Amino acid sequence: MKAFLGFVRKETLHLLRDRQTLAILLLLPPLQVLIFGFAVRTDVRKIPIVLVDPAPDVATLELRDRLAASERFRLLAVAPSTQVLDAQFRSGSIRQALVLPRDVERRLGRGDSLPIQLLTDGSDPNTGGIMQGYATAVVQRWYTDAVPSGNGLRIDASSRLRYNPTLESSHLFVPGLVAFVLTIMSAMMTAISITREKETGTMEMLLVSPIRPSAIVAGKVTPYVVLAFVSVLLVLIAARTVFQVPQRGSLALLLGECGLYILTALALGIVISTQAPTQRTAMIFALAGLMMPTMLLSGFIFPLDSLPVWLRAISNVVPARWFLLIVRGIMIKGAGLATLWQETLILVGMTAFFLIVGSRKLAIRLG
Amino acid sequence: MSEHAIDSRELTRRFGDFTAVNAITFHVEQGEVFGFLGANGAGKTTAMRMLIGLLVPTSGSATVAGFDISSQAEQVRRRIGYMSQRFSLYEDLTVQENITLYGGIYGVSNRDIVTRTGEILTRIGLQDAGKELVREIPLGWKQQLAFCVALLHRPGIVFLDEPTGGVDPITRRRFWELIYEAAAEGTSVLVTTHYLDEAEYCNRISIMVDGAIAAMGTPAEVRSRHGAATLDEVFLRLTRPGAAA
Repeated sequence: MKAFLGFVRKETLHLLRDRQTLAILLLLPPLQVLIFGFAVRTDVRKIPIVLVDPAPDVATLELRDRLAASERFRLLAVAPSTQVLDAQFRSGSIRQALVLPRDVERRLGRGDSLPIQLLTDGSDPNTGGIMQGYATAVVQRWYTDAVPSGNGLRIDASSRLRYNPTLESSHLFVPGLVAFVLTIMSAMMTAISITREKETGTMEMLLVSPIRPSAIVAGKVTPYVVLAFVSVLLVLIAARTVFQVPQRGSLALLLGECGLYILTALALGIVISTQAPTQRTAMIFALAGLMMPTMLLSGFIFPLDSLPVWLRAISNVVPARWFLLIVRGIMIKGAGLATLWQETLILVGMTAFFLIVGSRKLAIRLG
Repeated sequence: MSEHAIDSRELTRRFGDFTAVNAITFHVEQGEVFGFLGANGAGKTTAMRMLIGLLVPTSGSATVAGFDISSQAEQVRRRIGYMSQRFSLYEDLTVQENITLYGGIYGVSNRDIVTRTGEILTRIGLQDAGKELVREIPLGWKQQLAFCVALLHRPGIVFLDEPTGGVDPITRRRFWELIYEAAAEGTSVLVTTHYLDEAEYCNRISIMVDGAIAAMGTPAEVRSRHGAATLDEVFLRLTRPGAAA
């Protein structure tokens, strides 16, 4: 026990003396929240749009007003024809155009179908889809209000998004960021700090001593666990104060699950460190083998549904994928353990697996 | 239980087809300074790594401090000190912090750590350097410090793997004085080196060639048995038989 405490103290000193790394580890996560929050938005505002209205009448004026009043759109012009649209789309000065037919009011009065063309700049498919959704919604509502009722059957589907009604992207990326931060802190820093000792030769001294390899590893990771926890708290505070990301579920459960994921990542870091002979290889392993999957295959940036089947299969072994479901479930949906027990169990299983593999390898290395 | 500090019987280690250490049998007495000589790759370090529990022997057996290296590794670990050829203190910790850390790992009591720290620093002339980061003290002192740290828990046997690489002759001499002091207090020393002048300081030596012990005895015995005036000559004859005049 005394040896272990001495070891934790030593590891803490390493961490505190390396001011640069410490500063990066503590400041980077909240900074990332700000960067992701302000720069990487998938919700769209002030879409430059043109309304092509060859024969304005009362009904089309109403649509025009609705577009102009919406926060989501910036009605640039009302054009009589589609002639200039191509050039404007290409230059990027507009991103959407709504093309109305003639006789709008008369058709509406008769309850006829109304052929409207909606053009959307699809060069960014994600925002393209979202813009399309917004515009369709405005037109839909306008059409429903304009058609006189009692004119036969009318299907009136009102759609509402649950949990995130305004589609705030910050609600989506903060959980991802938590996973990301924990992965860097726990897995990468553990792997690097263990391989550093191999590189400098101090690991040999430790392995020759009576201290158990498990105590070495536990002593090494303890300060990083604390640091990772502090970091997650900073991220959550930043997310809440700056972007009003909700925390609908139990905070205790959220922190508990974070603790579990920290363990998962640490175990992965240990596995990496037994494979990598140097800090550099450990870093590359961690970056390529952990960070990329955590970013790309967890649903953090790209929705899992849009992945090809084989990549989706791979994503099942990425711990962050499950952790993300858990965090989103707790924070955004207010879910409890009753709904999240499967994901939790998967993480527990993965952690156990990595710990067993890691300690096996650690023992083999001695032989 | 063996009377000897180290007793090695037919100790062998193979890596695939390559036999790094080939059935070496030797012993080290209590308080003896025993030199392991040999060219690079002759198997000195591999043999030492088996004795300190960093490598498992392929066959053969050995006892260290009376305990079997395979079945009683835990007891062996408590009774040995080790200094590797790579400098093995933490550069970003102070001298005092390094000593405290190792003391803690070996279960030395806090009071003993304090008194022994004082002794160590006085002995190597670093009284005022306790609070300095190890990276800031000169290499020669670092190595002396590493040696003293390896002796902090008063082990019966200390293993030194090329301890004097890269230091000047005066510091090397000073280092050997430390080794003698330790031996005089009853600590057995197993030291690998390829400096042949250092071999003369040893009570007994063994010269390893291609994983096997080619000569063993006191430096004088080894010289006379091979009819050579210096260990240099013996060494050259053994390692490069064709080159012998």
